[in-house]
Amino acid sequence: FPGLADVSISQDIPVEGEITVPVGSHSPDEDYSTLDEPVKDTIMRDLKAVGKKFVHVMYPKKSSALLRDWDLWGPLVLCVSLALMLQGGSADSKDDGGPQFAEVFVIIWFGAVVITLNSKLLGGTISFFQSLCVLGYCVLPLTVAMLVCRLVLLAGAGTVSFIIRLIVVGAMFGWSTLASTAFLADSQPPNRKALVVYPIFLFYFVISWMILTFTPQ
Amino acid sequence: RGRWAAAGPGRAGADAVSAPAQGGGSAVIDMENMDDTSGSSFEDMGEMHQRMKEEEEEEAEGEAGAGEEEDGEFLGMKGLRGQLGRQVADQMWQVGKRQASRAFSLYANIDILRPYFDVEPVQVRARLLESMIPVKMINFPQKIAGELYGPLMLVFTLVAILLHGMKTSDTIIREGTLMGTAIGTCFGYWLGVSSFMYFLAYLCNAQITMVQMLSLLGYGLFGHCITLFVTYNIHFHSLFYIFWLVVGGLSTLRMVAVLVSRTVGHTQRLILCGTLAALHMLFLLYLHFAYHKVVEGILDTLEGPNMPPFQRVARDIPVVSNAVLNTTAKAIALTL
Repeated sequence: FPGLADVSISQDIPVEGEITVPVGSHSPDEDYSTLDEPVKDTIMRDLKAVGKKFVHVMYPKKSSALLRDWDLWGPLVLCVSLALMLQGGSADSKDDGGPQFAEVFVIIWFGAVVITLNSKLLGGTISFFQSLCVLGYCVLPLTVAMLVCRLVLLAGAGTVSFIIRLIVVGAMFGWSTLASTAFLADSQPPNRKALVVYPIFLFYFVISWMILTFTPQ
Repeated sequence: RGRWAAAGPGRAGADAVSAPAQGGGSAVIDMENMDDTSGSSFEDMGEMHQRMKEEEEEEAEGEAGAGEEEDGEFLGMKGLRGQLGRQVADQMWQVGKRQASRAFSLYANIDILRPYFDVEPVQVRARLLESMIPVKMINFPQKIAGELYGPLMLVFTLVAILLHGMKTSDTIIREGTLMGTAIGTCFGYWLGVSSFMYFLAYLCNAQITMVQMLSLLGYGLFGHCITLFVTYNIHFHSLFYIFWLVVGGLSTLRMVAVLVSRTVGHTQRLILCGTLAALHMLFLLYLHFAYHKVVEGILDTLEGPNMPPFQRVARDIPVVSNAVLNTTAKAIALTL
């Protein structure tokens, strides 16, 4: 660059100005370094994210917050609580007639993985963990139904209680399926939504059936 | 890479005897001589990492002094730590590389299955209904769609229906779980019988591929699903037999007709179709009676290595055969 070799400035043009760096917002480095913040902040931030996703599940709007920042804390908590509540409910106390903890856990995670693989094979644009996240979070209505069923069963186990439980579980099953469909079906080509919805329907149906047929000892 | 890791410490020991520069040079030559099939930057990073670690090692050995270089094994404290550190880093890099390649091959496997899931809902519905309608034209090879979505969903539906049946009949599983038994039964039938029929078809020179066989048998399970869904809830034996003959028979006839259209020769047709019809109908019979609502007690079992996963007695097995089974089992257990 021969033209730039001579960088001298002629004397009659004054060069003046301010050399100060505007100190406005934080530099980008400070925003991403969360190692130095107190533990309470980290936990509260994660809890808020999980809580926000719970709200999204209960009022399924077409928002992408659930998909964008996926996390598996919520599904883990829901799965563990559901499995704990479903444990040991059988007529015969000697043998395991009811679903044990490991069985429920495996059903939920294996079922979610199968549905995710299916939706990916059908040409879905959603990623593996995003789909797992959505399916896990949409177990929330069914966990609520399980709580209600346990409370109803405390009162008694007759025909009336069965009808109440049936209505509650049926409503929650519909809610779960609708919520997860609202998130997952958008990522599919428009004419194949039914192909993705059916396995989700079956998955939540099996979980609802496990909840409905639960009888405490 | 495994060769490099195993030879690393040994080479470092040998290099301690010679001058450090020479050891560094031989290390570089060795790395260049290895056949590097992939050109990814991950490999380059690993090589750079190795080279840096090797140079560190050489520096540490150089500072240790000439006296300790007589013994090739003992490199002094610094050398030992550097050696261990290098080995650990090497191991971690190996593990990371293995995991990355495994993840990649897993993803690649999913893409292999993608063409078999390329269906529309109307196609699935049409094929479900077609599976109950036997074709008339058996002189012309019938087309079988090689699709796996419908059969897979039907198998899962059958698992769900089976679970319902097991629960309402209070099946008690001693060794295993309800879910495991249901999944094992359904998938075992679908995959096992398909493989067996494909093998028979290969022997009988029938023109059918494995995916087509899986698809055909899977869609044949539609009749099973309907029958079991109805008869697990309405417990009438005569109703079950009617459903077994009509619904099971229709789906069997459809499968048999398609197979016949693709096989040449009377004996081969007979073998193939007889086997398929028998297995298909018997499976439905088994599913109904194995998980039927039990009225009498459970079969007495003996602890032993051949104990079946669950013990049931169906209401319709006469008492005589029950006693025969009991005595036979006892005799076998005594001889073992």
